[in-house]
Amino acid sequence: MPQPGPANADLERLRALAPALHGRQRLLQAVRQFFAARDFLEVETPIRLPRPALEEFIDAEPAGDWFLRTSPELHMKRLLAAGYPRLVQIGPCFRRGEEGRQHHPEFTMLEWYRANAGCRDILADTVALVRAAAHAVAGAGQWRFRGETINADAPWEELTVDEAFQRHAGLTPEAAMREPAGFEQILVERVEPHLGRGRPTILRDYPLPFAALARPCPGRPDRAERWELYIGGLELANAYGELTDPTEQRRRFLACADFRRHEGRPIYPLDEPFLAALEAGIPPCGGIALGFDRLLMTLLDRPTIADVTAFPPATI
Amino acid sequence: MATISVSDLRKGAKVELDNQPYVVTDFDFCKPGKGQALYRCKLKNMISGSTMDRTWRSADKVDTPDLANREVTYSYADGEDFIFSDNETYEEIRVPNSVLGNRKYFLIENANCEILLYNDKPIEVTLPIFIEKRIVHTEPGVRGDTATNTLKPAKLDNGYVIQVPLFVNEGDWVKVDTRTGTYSERILNKK
Repeated sequence: MPQPGPANADLERLRALAPALHGRQRLLQAVRQFFAARDFLEVETPIRLPRPALEEFIDAEPAGDWFLRTSPELHMKRLLAAGYPRLVQIGPCFRRGEEGRQHHPEFTMLEWYRANAGCRDILADTVALVRAAAHAVAGAGQWRFRGETINADAPWEELTVDEAFQRHAGLTPEAAMREPAGFEQILVERVEPHLGRGRPTILRDYPLPFAALARPCPGRPDRAERWELYIGGLELANAYGELTDPTEQRRRFLACADFRRHEGRPIYPLDEPFLAALEAGIPPCGGIALGFDRLLMTLLDRPTIADVTAFPPATI
Repeated sequence: MATISVSDLRKGAKVELDNQPYVVTDFDFCKPGKGQALYRCKLKNMISGSTMDRTWRSADKVDTPDLANREVTYSYADGEDFIFSDNETYEEIRVPNSVLGNRKYFLIENANCEILLYNDKPIEVTLPIFIEKRIVHTEPGVRGDTATNTLKPAKLDNGYVIQVPLFVNEGDWVKVDTRTGTYSERILNKK
């Protein structure tokens, strides 16, 4: 814990954050130990890029003529294509204009990928990781978050998007898309609050339009191999059975560029080296992006991302 | 009609919905999965005080209300209305009883106040925080009872009744907090 120091509001604030900053270090150590023990290679890929991934609703922060990365995904997939079977990265990502109780425009992302694997293998990693992290940071597999006890050691809940919408909003995802509020608002307002209550929830099998880089579910072409992890109503991670078909990937990027042009959002050049890696051949793979700060929020029972960050945007 | 982009909304911003002015009392940016940004707001009606939740999407634009603040001086009561004059233009502004409620008892002639206009109609009057009033009637305090948290009713010169400590006597002047309508302190040496 820090030594007492001068009276100054900012320094007092930083001293009060000591449990969160120490918790962050414990979580970082637990995560590194977890992946090292499973023979993952920890990598660092570029933070400043000429071609950020095209996603419908994610805007990159310009940095000179280039951009700050919104995700390390495309470079990590090039490493997968090169033959590295298990990869992990922990580092900063940037998303322009995203600031709220659970969003900062600069945040820490934990991403990992497995070759010759799918969504289910990534799920097994995630269950083991969250349990290990809870024991390391909260001291047990059960801890308090948002006024209730979360038990990560208990079997997790798994719901398809269809089941969750039917159960919590009383309609199908397709019907939700036709509502004036739309799929996302109904998800946020009526479905998410019920997810991850008492134990983590996996929400899976998203309608294809909501899974830009995922492959379709076997036998269900209108649903994609995508799942999200929720704890206490908070969304923590997004996992894909990764799309590896270069033609389909190019088609989706171009469709996304069209959509962005139509929305008046900036367009980024296609990442040709990434598409070339898919052309050359990438093994079937699964991957996940987990919000490191949000996992820390849940394990330390903090209401906002600012409560686990030494220098939130307003203080920089 | 002026509009504001929802991404520029903040706590304290004013918006107009269904011809009513609202103030944003709580604001959160949220983005489900890889979806579009949603702005979840709590709104308070600036006239009725009622609250509601509203969610907007990043591309939405919201109307902003036509609001104006005027520095005014209170002049006189005219039936159910209260007449103020604009300090700059000397224009007369008529405020109905319903806007002031019980605070009409704290109006003092020539006091500097502020009026908030919505579409040129007054919806809020800000009074000086403290005003001085004379107590015209209160029962004498019981001798020896010096407990400061015991209160008794006391009538102001305009008939309004407030709670005062036992040491306050008839004929005393007191300071009243107009935000809460409560006793603040006794003014010594004013008769």
